[in-house]
Amino acid sequence: MKKLSFPGGVHPAEAKLTASAPIENLPLPEKVVIPLQQHIGAPNNPTVKKGDEVFTGTLIGKGDAFVSSPVFSSVTGKVVEIGNFFHPVTGKGIAVAIERKEEEVLDPAIKPVEDPENAEKEVLLETIRAKGIVGMGGATFPTHVKLSPPPSKPIDTLIINGAECEPYLTCDDRLMIESGQEIIKGVKIIQKILNPEKTFIAIEENKPEAISSLQKLLEENMEIVVVKTKYPQGGEKQLIKAILKRDVPSGGLPLDIGIVVQNVGTCFAIYEAVYRGKPLYERVVTVTGEVNNPRNLRVRLGTPVSCLVEFCGGLKEGVNQVIFGGPMMGIAQISLDTPIIKGTSGVLALKRKEFPPEYPCIRCARCVDVCPTSILPTQLAKIVKFEKWDLLEEYHLMDCIECGCCVYVCPSNIPIVQYIKAGKDKLRRMKK
Amino acid sequence: MKLVVTTSPHIRSSLSLQKVMYTVILCLLPALFWGIYYFHIRALFLLITCSISTVVTEIIFKKVRKKPVSIGDGSALLTGVLLAMVLPPYLPLWMAALGGFVAISLGKEVFGGLGYNIFNPALLGRAFLMAAFPVQLTTWGIPARASWTSLDAITRATPLATTLPKFSGNGLYPLQKLLFGLHPGSMGEVFSIGLIVGGLILIALRIADFRIPLAAFLTLVILSSIFYFTGENYPSPSFHLLAGGFLLGALFMATDPVTTPYTKKGRWVFGMGMGALIVFIRLFGGYPEGVMYSILIMNAFTPLINRLTRPLPLGGKK
Repeated sequence: MKKLSFPGGVHPAEAKLTASAPIENLPLPEKVVIPLQQHIGAPNNPTVKKGDEVFTGTLIGKGDAFVSSPVFSSVTGKVVEIGNFFHPVTGKGIAVAIERKEEEVLDPAIKPVEDPENAEKEVLLETIRAKGIVGMGGATFPTHVKLSPPPSKPIDTLIINGAECEPYLTCDDRLMIESGQEIIKGVKIIQKILNPEKTFIAIEENKPEAISSLQKLLEENMEIVVVKTKYPQGGEKQLIKAILKRDVPSGGLPLDIGIVVQNVGTCFAIYEAVYRGKPLYERVVTVTGEVNNPRNLRVRLGTPVSCLVEFCGGLKEGVNQVIFGGPMMGIAQISLDTPIIKGTSGVLALKRKEFPPEYPCIRCARCVDVCPTSILPTQLAKIVKFEKWDLLEEYHLMDCIECGCCVYVCPSNIPIVQYIKAGKDKLRRMKK
Repeated sequence: MKLVVTTSPHIRSSLSLQKVMYTVILCLLPALFWGIYYFHIRALFLLITCSISTVVTEIIFKKVRKKPVSIGDGSALLTGVLLAMVLPPYLPLWMAALGGFVAISLGKEVFGGLGYNIFNPALLGRAFLMAAFPVQLTTWGIPARASWTSLDAITRATPLATTLPKFSGNGLYPLQKLLFGLHPGSMGEVFSIGLIVGGLILIALRIADFRIPLAAFLTLVILSSIFYFTGENYPSPSFHLLAGGFLLGALFMATDPVTTPYTKKGRWVFGMGMGALIVFIRLFGGYPEGVMYSILIMNAFTPLINRLTRPLPLGGKK
């Protein structure tokens, strides 16, 4: 096994505080607030109304579009409100508030797929769609869509993403250590759907336990590739570059060159959906940073982050920032009432003391050196700053994956990604 | 509880603008200390004069332009230090002060301040002085050992000056003299070992990129070797490397990020152009020394180099 990597990237302190903390179940909250929109794609409509009784795993929201993903109740109880609540990605959004009853009852509709080892491809795909599976790495793109490439684009390679390159996060790591068999079964389901020639499971070298535990469980036509510990190793295009030395065309998707990438957490969710009939209503979340007892928790979706923080001994004195996701790409939250959703891989508490001013760019090109997509971040920031909109495309604005490496290394503290996001907005509006 | 919302990423490396500038100054210290020791107190006066001049000029310009005074970033001080290092140690101090003023005003502030200038400010200051006071800028001295405060010095040609009109320097200035800085020259350019050590530290700390110095070094060595081994009376490659301003220029001035290319390929091009220009100016130009002009010329080419060497994005088509 050799160590694979991609050009560019950064290596912040790994800070995997919870790498050896087993996954624990978070006690069920009194009330959950489940946003209807937890995926990238068309919005869902509620299928329940105020006053309805719901079981754990009851469908509460769905959409008609192909690119959408249903949501389910994560507790047994009563719908008390459907309204506008805090949403970790959009700020506010429509959500279903459910008050929990003492006794938990699984929805009677929950049934595993019969004889999953020999199930038809179409059955598996429909199960993945109906159980609300989305990309668990954080992107939350509906998995059944990603597993339905057009016939004109055959898939030759499947990459299972266990890189977990964000500092602090360990939910994928723990899942690979504790639930390797389930993940491998999930991988086999994907293999059955896509029928790839090769399957690679990519893990960063800083997770030796996960590597050795999965190594023992490998089945035919699966290979573990150890990738260098470097951010953003887990980015799809970077992972493909590292393993296969192939370039995803600018503006294109991995499937354009015959590749599908799936996160290990998604594989686990697929296993649970197919073998146990379980809809996606809980996930593993790493609660870390400046909390008193950092932990890995299995959390019901819709649980307010305050419950997780409390279970982990509370925030340390002086914490003023709570982030959903990792420190590089995570989203800072405005309230501790914000619920955990399908894409929440971590809750990170930070003490942000100072916000140094933005100094002039000295063109040191550190951003150019670390940019994993080989664009010129500083130039793009300047183009946006001076409103030279016609240059945006010439400088490949849309290729930016917003990984934040450029901002991380910038000695002048220029919020380059912020400028680039503004530039993308502008470009989209100009094209309309 | 009040939560602070900021855009990602939420962590930063520990590098700051100030750290970059002050690290460069620290890495210059060995050569600076030797310069002051070797050329005595006049070299110290020169250093202080240039530093005060650049810093004060920047404060005045920021006030006039109604911009925040950013003197703490250390960039003006660095310009002052570098300017002092490329001047003859016994230059009249008012000329040095004028050089500092021009370096910051014409070299930096008129372009919009730090980050927007095209030419290396310290070298632009020196180029101005060279045009205004050619005699004083080529009057070198060796220190009069007898008295620390003596303003008198014995005037001597620099090693490189012995290359014109015909090279005669090899015997006069053996390698060890050049390495240890026991020869006339600019205040901060003579102590080769100090510059090499400081420059390598700067590169090891990743404050400076290795590409430009390495490309300039290789080009200079290869080109000068061709002349040295095929022609008569040409200086040796080691003489080229050690006798003039090459080390300070390549390690500390051609690594100034603002005025050099930001693409990796571009940095190789810059370094090669610089190395070649130095050899040609020294051997065939009207000046014995070519480092200053070679860097300034390559500075002017930098925007073009940047444009021509723009990298292709991942998965992009030509």
